[in-house]
Amino acid sequence: MTPSLYTVKKKIAESHDTFSLDLAPRDGSPLITFQPGQFNMLYAFGVGEVPISISGPAPGTSGLIHTIREVGNVTRALHQLKKGATLGLRGPFGSSWPIEEARGKDVVIIAGGIGLAPLRPVIYKLLEQRNQFGNIALLYGTREPNDLLFTKEFEIWRGKYGIQVKITVDTADSNWRGNVGVVTTSIARVSFEPAHTIAMICGPEIMMRYAVLEMKRRGVSEDHIYMTMERNMKCAIGFCGHCQFGPAFICKDGPVFRYDKVKHFFGIREI
Amino acid sequence: MKTLESILSVHPFFVNLESKYMALITGCASNVRFEAGEFIHRQGEEANSFCIIRQGKVALQVCPPHKNPVTVQTVSDGEILGWAWLVPPYHWQFDAQAVELTRAIVLDGKCLRNKCNEDHTLGYELLSRLLPIVGQTMEATRIQLLDLYGARS
Repeated sequence: MTPSLYTVKKKIAESHDTFSLDLAPRDGSPLITFQPGQFNMLYAFGVGEVPISISGPAPGTSGLIHTIREVGNVTRALHQLKKGATLGLRGPFGSSWPIEEARGKDVVIIAGGIGLAPLRPVIYKLLEQRNQFGNIALLYGTREPNDLLFTKEFEIWRGKYGIQVKITVDTADSNWRGNVGVVTTSIARVSFEPAHTIAMICGPEIMMRYAVLEMKRRGVSEDHIYMTMERNMKCAIGFCGHCQFGPAFICKDGPVFRYDKVKHFFGIREI
Repeated sequence: MKTLESILSVHPFFVNLESKYMALITGCASNVRFEAGEFIHRQGEEANSFCIIRQGKVALQVCPPHKNPVTVQTVSDGEILGWAWLVPPYHWQFDAQAVELTRAIVLDGKCLRNKCNEDHTLGYELLSRLLPIVGQTMEATRIQLLDLYGARS
């Protein structure tokens, strides 16, 4: 439960309200190893602790990147940290994306808003071994164009690695040359073999609900659909019960779940 | 070079349509090209045609009073642009502007509408193919209304 001390090596502005912190252990010890999808608890001293998914390694960074949207007191305090500042870190915690299971199959990654951050390490893993996967599609939606994250990487993923990248926003002015429409409408615009596809979905719960519906409509089976759940998290080790989701704890059993394992609790108002 | 009929007959919108209807529809079709920025139709105009986008992207826009136009949907490769030609009062509800160079097949909606009135089987065929598109658009609009991505910062 005791956080380790980490130093901010670099702070990257990702959008008008989202930033990334590149962290390294303050005592120079080796970086922690993690699996794509796992998260750390970041502690802003005197303010509080928040669970943040690991969104790196990214090119030109030390390897431990956390992408954070400034929405509350703790994330605001994290945003105020400058290069060289110290913060506390516990982790990594939680389950990871099913990369081994996706080997030899098509992969459809659906992200909404800041949901692209926990999926970026998956993309890097897939790219490392590109020839071991079939078609890879990234469908990414945000509210407006200025909410989009990691935009400089899209062309590399598309051009160098042949990933089908479909970006869409809910609304835009006439300066936007890209797609407008909800992210679920992009599913019909990419090619994949439904019977041999693994879907990985991360975003607001309501978005994931419709994304799952659309993937099922296309013929992807429930046990091939994975998603991340989010609840208020406190201890991150399954003690406190803050993040209970039906019989599971998001921190310990999640945040990545296979859809058929949680579908009975998914979308129930009281849960 | 592919003929219009060969292109249309494999399009999901027309697939498995009787050959006599395919011939009729092909007779109402022609290739068109819209430059980037060109308006395909304007809100309030009579809706007498519709397009199958072959390549490119078209923005459906609404222009709120005293504000810049807002794009509410884009239509791209393989998709159908417009269904107001088959739904009274046959007027476009949005501006449609090509975002980039767009090649499409335009179909004479007014002609097809009249044919549908004369031959109800054709009318049923076209409506049953159009209804899922209308349904998908409505579902997408409802999801858009949910404003999925959380509070505006």
